[in-house]
Amino acid sequence: MEHGTAGALGRSAAGRIECRSVRKTYRDAADGTEIVALDGLTLDIEAREFLTLLGPSGCGKSTLLNILAGFERPNSGKVLLNGVPIERPGPDRGVVFQDYALFPWLNIQQNVQYGLREKGMDKAESSTVAQRFLAMVGLSGFERRFPHELSGGMRQRVALIRVLAIDPEILLMDEPFAAVDAQTRIILQEELQRLWMQTLKTVVFVTHSVDEAIYLADRVTVMTARPGLVKAIVPIELPRPRDSTSDAFNQYRREIAQLIEVESRKVFAAAAA
Amino acid sequence: MSGQDAVPEPVIARPGKWRFALAHAHSKIGWERMARRAVVPLVLLAIWQYASTVGFFDPSFVPSPVSVVTSWWQWIFGPRSELAWYSGTWLNYVYLSGWRVLVGFAIASTVGISAGVLIGWFELIRDMLDPIVQGLRPIPMTAWLPFATFIFGIREGAAIFLIAMGSFFPIAVSCTIGAEQTPKNLVRAALMLGTPPRKLLVRVVLPSALPYVFNGLRVGLGIAWVLVIVSEMLAVKGGIGYAMWTAYQFVRIDLIIAAMFTMGLLGLVSDRLLLLLSRRLLRWNTGLRAR
Repeated sequence: MEHGTAGALGRSAAGRIECRSVRKTYRDAADGTEIVALDGLTLDIEAREFLTLLGPSGCGKSTLLNILAGFERPNSGKVLLNGVPIERPGPDRGVVFQDYALFPWLNIQQNVQYGLREKGMDKAESSTVAQRFLAMVGLSGFERRFPHELSGGMRQRVALIRVLAIDPEILLMDEPFAAVDAQTRIILQEELQRLWMQTLKTVVFVTHSVDEAIYLADRVTVMTARPGLVKAIVPIELPRPRDSTSDAFNQYRREIAQLIEVESRKVFAAAAA
Repeated sequence: MSGQDAVPEPVIARPGKWRFALAHAHSKIGWERMARRAVVPLVLLAIWQYASTVGFFDPSFVPSPVSVVTSWWQWIFGPRSELAWYSGTWLNYVYLSGWRVLVGFAIASTVGISAGVLIGWFELIRDMLDPIVQGLRPIPMTAWLPFATFIFGIREGAAIFLIAMGSFFPIAVSCTIGAEQTPKNLVRAALMLGTPPRKLLVRVVLPSALPYVFNGLRVGLGIAWVLVIVSEMLAVKGGIGYAMWTAYQFVRIDLIIAAMFTMGLLGLVSDRLLLLLSRRLLRWNTGLRAR
């Protein structure tokens, strides 16, 4: 395995995901009724594309991501990675959580080393690799800090390189920047885009933010209100890095915001009923 | 630990080391604070001594601080003799009590941490073991004493059994809660990073439960000291509890008080040692606490 800082990062061959009629239901903890989170969702995610999932709260975006990660199993339907069913979590699919999910008892470097060590890499080599990745996101010198000693933005950088270090085929990101402040969020988006352009992994990115979705995505997938289905897929044909103040960006913004608004109103109406 | 002084301090100041662990983690103890802390105990001692001197207390009931210290001194440093149990035996008694606590507590910790974490993590083990733990737990520890003495006789076994049993429960219960509280996302993160499911217990559950483990250990240790006194008064020979009971029978209030302070001292020192260890192992957790 090779870990360069540019270009050589992405060694993974494929990373194509197919979801066929995926259905997932939950039992409501409060009243025991059945909730349909995903009702026969079908979606193809191309290898090396950056796909954002956008939709109103409770539309099943995170459920879909958890199924792709292998944390949850669908009730019916198929989810395939390179033609093979996804059954459990594994290092071919790196997950970046909204709450970072860094191990609080390990320092920053140990957190980045964790997956490398699980792969069987020895201490010295994994330490070198971890330091290289920390340098890539400007966290050199913070190796021995514990997660709680870092800001939210720094923690999310660590969470990102923790999975990039193990070189997964797929990157699954569940509202990763929702908990950081607006300025940091922009910087993290830029950094993520830069890293993605270097590695060209398949990325599935869940977000609430229309701007974030357009800024990052090759294709924006708009989901319907619960039960979750694909409402529309909007390819973003703008050169990167994108200017969020441009007219073209604004047109996408208007188009997608309208799609979302309809769905959000449905959620609101359902809650009021 | 962190030799990265060139780097700007990020969010929270780094927690203290050994020095601070002996007192409160969040503050330095200067001379002024030392003095402030000593005021009330010294005043109380002075009042006690004064009241004894002017004859406010009957010396055969309440000895003066000076006579307590004198008897204590003799108990520690006096010549040993077959006839005088109160002379020169202190160190040996401390050793006996300390040894019983250490052995009983070590057994309780080993069994309690393993059982507690397993019960908290594996549903099968919970279903099988939890009824026993929950069923035996309400029995007061002192209620085990006649049974233990009957089984083990007036020997070490009775005391150690009682101490181990008594400190087992708080340790096990606390570890169970700790394992149950393992954050779901940390387990998912570990699986995603390639940890095999069978290694989750060691990689995630145990470290994540560590604050609860230490909580249980501190409660358990306190109970161990209570039970060593109880069992030494009734079930085994030698030790501070034994000395205390003997002093009672010979109406030596001065020695009863000396034994009480001895126990307080032992409890304090052992608790601080445990706290020191936990501060050491839970350095990652210190910034998360309010105090």
